[in-house]
Amino acid sequence: MLNFTIRRLNLLFFTLLMLSIVSFSLSYFFPGDALVNLSGEINADQQRTEQLVELYNMDKSVFHQYTAYIGQIFSGNFGISMSSQVPISDELHTFLPATIELCLAALFIALIFGVPLGFIAAIFHNKPLDKIILTFAMVGYSIPVFWFALILILLFSITLSWFPSSGQLNLLFEIEQVTGFKFIDILLSDSEYQAQALKDAFMHIVLPAIAVATAPMTIFIRLARTSMLDVLESNYIKAAKAKGLSQAHIIYHHGIRNSLVGIVRLIGLHFANLVTVAMIAEVIFNWQGAGSWLIESIFARDYTAIQGGLIALASFTFFINILADFLYAALNPLERHKKHGA
Amino acid sequence: MKVKAGSVKIKLVNAVFMLIGVLLLSSCGKVSNDSVLTKGIIYCSEGSPSTFNPQLDTSFITIDATSKQLYNRLMDFDPTNFDKIPALARSWHMTKNGKLITFYLRKDVSFHQTDYFTPTRNMNADDVIFSFNRIIDESNPFYQSVAGKFPFFQSIKFSELVEDIEKINEYTIRFRLTQPQSSFLTNLAAPFGVILSKEYADTLLAQGRDLTELDSKPIGTGPFKYREYRSGSLIRYVKHENYWRFDVQIEQLLFNISPGNTSRLTKLLTHECDVIAYPIAMQEIASRKDLVLEEVTSFNVAFLAFNTQVPPFDNPLVRKAVAHAIDKKAIISAVYYDQAEVADSLLPKASWAYSKNTNTIEHSQEKAKLLLADAGLADGFTLDIWAGSIQRAYNPNALKMAKLIKADLARIGIEVNIITFEWSTFLKKLAKGEHQSVLIGWSADHPDPDNFFSPPLSCASLATGSNRAMWCNEEFDQLLKQSLATNDTTIRKKLYKQAQQILAEEIPLLPIAYAKRAQAKVAEIEGNILTPFGGISFENVNKKALQ
Repeated sequence: MLNFTIRRLNLLFFTLLMLSIVSFSLSYFFPGDALVNLSGEINADQQRTEQLVELYNMDKSVFHQYTAYIGQIFSGNFGISMSSQVPISDELHTFLPATIELCLAALFIALIFGVPLGFIAAIFHNKPLDKIILTFAMVGYSIPVFWFALILILLFSITLSWFPSSGQLNLLFEIEQVTGFKFIDILLSDSEYQAQALKDAFMHIVLPAIAVATAPMTIFIRLARTSMLDVLESNYIKAAKAKGLSQAHIIYHHGIRNSLVGIVRLIGLHFANLVTVAMIAEVIFNWQGAGSWLIESIFARDYTAIQGGLIALASFTFFINILADFLYAALNPLERHKKHGA
Repeated sequence: MKVKAGSVKIKLVNAVFMLIGVLLLSSCGKVSNDSVLTKGIIYCSEGSPSTFNPQLDTSFITIDATSKQLYNRLMDFDPTNFDKIPALARSWHMTKNGKLITFYLRKDVSFHQTDYFTPTRNMNADDVIFSFNRIIDESNPFYQSVAGKFPFFQSIKFSELVEDIEKINEYTIRFRLTQPQSSFLTNLAAPFGVILSKEYADTLLAQGRDLTELDSKPIGTGPFKYREYRSGSLIRYVKHENYWRFDVQIEQLLFNISPGNTSRLTKLLTHECDVIAYPIAMQEIASRKDLVLEEVTSFNVAFLAFNTQVPPFDNPLVRKAVAHAIDKKAIISAVYYDQAEVADSLLPKASWAYSKNTNTIEHSQEKAKLLLADAGLADGFTLDIWAGSIQRAYNPNALKMAKLIKADLARIGIEVNIITFEWSTFLKKLAKGEHQSVLIGWSADHPDPDNFFSPPLSCASLATGSNRAMWCNEEFDQLLKQSLATNDTTIRKKLYKQAQQILAEEIPLLPIAYAKRAQAKVAEIEGNILTPFGGISFENVNKKALQ
């Protein structure tokens, strides 16, 4: 386990190092003054500029500048947004939780539908039901999220009026922002409309979560199916069959448990995919998350926000990946002794 | 014990299913009677305001969001005949020589009470004097806190015009002007002449707070007061309980900032917005029973402004060639769907100073080519046209217009690159003059014709960064000044005619269209929101109770 941990932390360290180098060099690659790009302070006067030069070691070598930059990042200073002049860290604190909330809801939907469907397909291997589920997975995987999201809005918002088409909550509900997670904020608030607001927030998250969940769900279907097929063909299942256990008993007690182990790790791998899909869905559903914020920053040529958003989102995704690896290693002792990391 | 644990589990599962069931069932009923939802209005606007004080910005987004919601002016405009009517001033009087103007103020006007400021007195002469003194007095800390940037007042040279403002008594003030100016009263009634609270300003000073809070955390006398602003996302206003004019009907006014015109349309169709700015698909909206489409003839003009300080448009021949090459009629039908008229002058036809016989520039590729040859550019060149990404009152789709112009100019050998930015970045870069040419326009703040010339084209506006043509012409400026110096309409008309002739010869910008301003709302909303001048107003608006 120690070996495994060291290997993972090593990977984490070097990836973050590369990431920070790329992010730092962007301030030179972007048009304009590197110091302004780094700090985002477009209206700084002479005195403030001098302070910033000192803060970011701009009068010293590039290496010193880089270490100063890293120092600032670790102390939580990502600069301020060029367009809104609000600290990037504040904006991240506002928008990142919304993205995480959406991703978690989508992951939940993808798992509770995807995994059982995959198991069913495996159990009825090569039968019509298997084919139907596989076709569904293939179609779902091929549909681009921006198209699917628009179809969902057209059908469920505009035509049927079941769900709202945008935002996280009806704006007339005044909920104070504490954590940035809408559901938690509503529960924390002492608003007299708490129950209504909770229901409203639920209605708002349904469509975006479905749109984001579709692609990962189809992946989970196929993963669960393969994983279950592998397990069902293994020798201990054959032995269990030979002992005369019923099919249902075998699947419930041996099949599901053992095939779930393989899936846990892949959830981590697909989280990056999920975040990418969420960014697109956020723009379409007007979801005030880190994705739509980042895309807006690109439109506004807000280089400081692009840098900060890049480093925050990338490290976030990477931490999730590493976390899933650890979880997998904890569940599956075989993995800890592999010589080469995946 | 084991059985009991199992039953608890089952109960939990049941509870979860019931919760989901209730949520699903309740979702089917569209109509809800929640008072928080029926007593509030959501307006889907097209962009973020850059400040909460209209003294500091001339952009219509800022005016729409702030001027008539948070503040009042000394006078307002009558919506039908555009005359000045009393607001915070009960009445006013101007001496015969036009240099002394006395205002008699109302006594019953209270300022907003918020969690950051509690007023102890009603509005009086001190507040009015403070509001204008901060603009003209360079030693005023609130002049310095915004670095003296009052674009509208700078463009009309307010500080040179006003000699001083005198307090006669608690509720009477007198402006002393250095010279008479015909548009002075109209300028005060424009959306920028808002009255701030001196008491609030003094509190900021006394408590050592950031002085820019005067403009970012506003205190006014208007029908709504500021509660919350999230940049790029929403503005929350709540009712001002002691509004002097009448009892405001709605409790909350929300600005949902939605720059995309399709997303605004979607939110209107799903009733997530009660009112939307600048709708598209107007036929579809007009055909639905649950929605209402409104239009108002507004004083505006869309134009292509040439940066006259950099090549190739420093050469008037090139400007004229481009003017000949553009087919305005095609633009009116393709971009405005015929909801506009071809513009041949900067001044709209509805203005009394509009003169018919300004020599119009006809659409002619041959003439354009000849002019280009004269300018020594017969082989063509490459040109940048900037176009804004959001809808404006004068231009519903600048990008589409840019594409049409690109096709027109390709025929005379000019290759066009279309460049766009997010709106606030766009304006910042324009003010710096980084463009070669830009598709933009002007919406009047008040009915005086001067408003169409001084703010967008005078030498003073070049300094403030609202002159998109970067153009300054002494003769033209002189004509504007002469016209302002007199109250005689016939003389003014003659002078403006000459001014328009200079524009027709010099073409610092090419007028393209006069557009109508449209807005769509759900049928439950009552009251007039659109006004011909100075942005929208929600003070008269109510939401009918749902059955």
